Order: sequence, then structure tokens, then C-alpha cells
Amino acid sequence: MRKYTDRLSKWLSFACAGLVVILTVSILYFISSKGLATFFVNDVSIKEFLFGVRWSPEPSSEQVKPLVGSLPLTSGSIIISFLAACISAPLSILVAVFITEIAPGWGRKIIQPTIELLAGIPSVVYGYIGLSVLVPFIRNSIGGLGFSVLAGFLVLSVMILPTIISVSTESLRALPEQWKHASYALGATRWQTIRMVLIPAARPGLITGIVLGLARAFGEALAVQMVIGNVRKVPDSILDQTITLTSAITMDMGYTVMGSLWNNALWSMALMLLLISFFSILTIRLISKRGAIR
Amino acid sequence: MSKVKVFAKDLNLYYKDFHALKNANLDIQANKITALIGPSGCGKSTFLRTLNRMNDLIEGVRVEGAVCLDGQDIYDPKIDVVNLRKRVGMVFQKPNPFPMSVYDNVAYGPRIHGIKKKQQLDEIVELSLHSAALLDEVKDRLYKSALGLSGGQQQRLCIARLLAVEPEVVLMDEPSSALDPISTLKIEELIQVLKQEYTIVIVTHNMQQAARVSDLTAFFLMGELVEYGVTTDIFTNPNDKRTEDYITGRFG
Repeated sequence: MRKYTDRLSKWLSFACAGLVVILTVSILYFISSKGLATFFVNDVSIKEFLFGVRWSPEPSSEQVKPLVGSLPLTSGSIIISFLAACISAPLSILVAVFITEIAPGWGRKIIQPTIELLAGIPSVVYGYIGLSVLVPFIRNSIGGLGFSVLAGFLVLSVMILPTIISVSTESLRALPEQWKHASYALGATRWQTIRMVLIPAARPGLITGIVLGLARAFGEALAVQMVIGNVRKVPDSILDQTITLTSAITMDMGYTVMGSLWNNALWSMALMLLLISFFSILTIRLISKRGAIR
Repeated sequence: MSKVKVFAKDLNLYYKDFHALKNANLDIQANKITALIGPSGCGKSTFLRTLNRMNDLIEGVRVEGAVCLDGQDIYDPKIDVVNLRKRVGMVFQKPNPFPMSVYDNVAYGPRIHGIKKKQQLDEIVELSLHSAALLDEVKDRLYKSALGLSGGQQQRLCIARLLAVEPEVVLMDEPSSALDPISTLKIEELIQVLKQEYTIVIVTHNMQQAARVSDLTAFFLMGELVEYGVTTDIFTNPNDKRTEDYITGRFG
């Protein structure tokens, strides 16, 4: 009997693993076939798609051919995500240091669960708070319409905090105690030990956390969409309105017909997102491998 | 008569409820090697760690009595622990080089104590590696990771790293217990050389090692300092029955 359950569990887990692989591969195939159709079926040049700034997929009378320039969307995504990471990464690493080194007792008991709670808040709630607090605040005290790159990356930076904090906390916690002791025994202060031994030693883990946070930032649609104004242009300043890839996809999705250029162009944008996360994951892998060789 | 560098007076230490050190009184003499021996859990490592207050890092530790370095109580609330640990350095049981280059490991101490000039750091690194009898083995790989060195080399690197901050007292907590016999021999030779400039206290499990390297030996048992004296006397003519039983291998 035990032999059978053993065999059964083995096949069951094998089947589940197989299912996940099949799912991933089919999603990849589907997105690629749809996304590449823009270039191979509708004959849009890749250069025009990547670097064009005009978006007009349904040509009107005076326009010769449809335009699906996605530069404003890609640049919007990249600018907002990187700015969010610039705010979030140092903050997160300091919080992680606080949790692991400065207040390990209540850091672990109170701060960490609080941060996990932050991860559980739905993105629409973040967007709503951004819309009703941040946007009016920016409009009234800084200027512009309020719907802006600034509002977008601030909302996003809070949303990616939990990811970066939890990965950073784990990597700091995984460091052997002996390095800390060695540093103290040489007469180092706690801050010197953190800055010169612990953070450099945890660097691969910290970078992994930041890249994961970036990947999450790229993928986030709803909350950002609610506060950035969704104007298809490359922003001139952080008070300017802009749009992101994800935001453009969710907004246009309902209006397009399967198989049309417009629809295909949205898939190309999805493919673009996929490639961005793929490269993020690749970076993580490379970094952690380099960390292991040291 | 040589000078007393460190002495412990009526020293008691508790881990929460556990009484780990009972009324220890011990004079450690300058430029001598003092060995602390005894069975596992006897308090010898605990005693060693009271000398640079590394026990402070363990939660629930309480210390009573005094430990004086050059006559000054290091448990005085006014004392600067960071400065104390600069004067009383420590080598650990397991080699623990930092995950950085050989050079940066040795330069770490001087750097945290404010030395920034490249030339000065270079000199300190070279001198320290030389004093730790490691320079010849690592001079071609100063800028490679210290984690690629052998266990014995890592331990000598840890000693070099310590010497770079110019401590007055060097504490060694079973420094060769994780090493092979040849590396152990090198460490022991090194300790002999170092005693000319430093006061050395070494905890060891290995009684032959204590007999080989030390000038004075203290025998601990169940948190109590049983006997303390010149090493040859302790090993050939112990006063206490328990010391005799231990060194002849009847228990421990």
C-alpha cells in the first residue's frame, strides 16, 4: 500500500510540474505568435514600433498608413519603474538592516508582518489612495494636473517595498554570524560592520531583491494607470503625464478586434513586457551565480 | 617578575540562570602565553570572551566582578567597548575571513580606525601578512577572494587581520581546532613568535598544545578556576587532584 501511495505521489507531482511547464510554454508561444504578427503580417517595421512616438492604429483619411509607435509607452514604463526602484531600494535596504541588525526582536515580530500586510493590499486600493490623496496634493502644492510621472512612481515605490524588503531581509539574515563577530572583535562599530561587511556580503541578494521589485513595477498596471494621466507622449518632466505599456494594454484591449493591427500591436507590447521581465530574471541568475563563485 | 596585563577579580558570569563562571580570579601576564584548558562546557571560552566583552553580543548574559586591563575595569559603564576590542583582539575557532580580497581583509581594521592613505595601508597589510607568516603564500593573490585560501591560510589571515589593528592582547579561541596538523604546527610557531610583542591568551582542547605553546596554564572545571600556574608545574606536578585526573586523561 505504501509503495502505491509513494508511486502515486511521485506521478502526481510530476504531472503538476509538467502542467506548469506546458502552461508557460503555451503562453510564451501565444504571446510571441500574436506579438510578432505586427511585424510579419501587418508589415510594421520593428524600428518604427520601438522608436515611433505616434499612435494611430486606425488610419483616418489624410493618413497613409497606420502608426503604432510604442516609444512613449516603453519609456513611460521604464522611467516610472526605475524612479520607483530608486526611491524604494535604499529605503528597503535600510528597513531590512533595521529588521535584521538593529531590532531583531520586534523587527521580526512587528515590522515584518506589517510589511507582509502591505504586500497583501490590492493594487486598486493603492491606486485609489494615490488618486484621492497624492494627485490632489501634487496639483495643489507642486503644480501641474496632479496626474503625473511623480504620482506614478511614488505609488509604485510603495507597492514594491515589500518585495525588496523581504528579499533583502532574507539575504541579510542568511549571512553567517561569524563575519559580524569578526568585525566587532576588530573594534568596529555596529554601523561600520553593517556598511562595510554585511551589506557588501549580502549584495547579490540585495540586487536580486531590487530586480524583483523592478519586475513587479514593470508589470503593475492598475494603480499606475489611475494616477499618471495616460497621455501617449514621452514625459518632459516628472510633473508631466505619461502612459505605461501595461496601462495602454488594459485601456485599449476592449476596443480592438482579434487579428487587427491594433490588437496585434497590443500583443507586441505584451511581448515587450515579457522580454523585459525575462531579462530581469536573467540578470538575477547571472548575479547569483557570480555571488556563488566568489 | 613580569607585569600583569589583565586580571580578573571575583568574576561571575551567568547565562540567564546558568552560573557559567564562578568567582574566577586570574592574572594574565604581559608577553606571556596563557593557556586555558578544561573539558567542554567548563567556562574557558566564556572566560576568554569576558576579556574583550564579546559575551555582550549574547542575549541574557550578566557579568559580576571586574576584569581590569592595565588596571582599568573594562566593565565600567564609562568604557568604550569599541576601543576595548581594538586593544584586545580575538581569533575565533573557525577561520572567519570576510568575503572580500586578502588585501581588504587585512586593511579592514586600519580602515575602520581611520587610516585612508593607500601607501600607509599597503605597508600595514604587508607587515601584518609578514608577521602572520602568510605573505609569501598570498603575495601573488592579494586582490583575490580570501575565501579561496585553505583553512590554515584563512586562520593565519585572520591573525594578520587582527595584527593590523595593533592590539595589545590577542585572544585565541581554539584557533587550530578546525585545522590539519601541519597548519596547526604553523599556527603554534606563529604564536611563539607573536608573544614577544603581544600578550596571548589561548583556549585549547588539546592538552599537548597547551603544554607545547604556553608559559602558564589555567585549568577550568564546571565554571570554576581549579588551578593556575606555570605550565610545566601544572603538567608535571599539579596541586589539585582534579587537575591531575584531567591531564592524565581520567575524565574530560
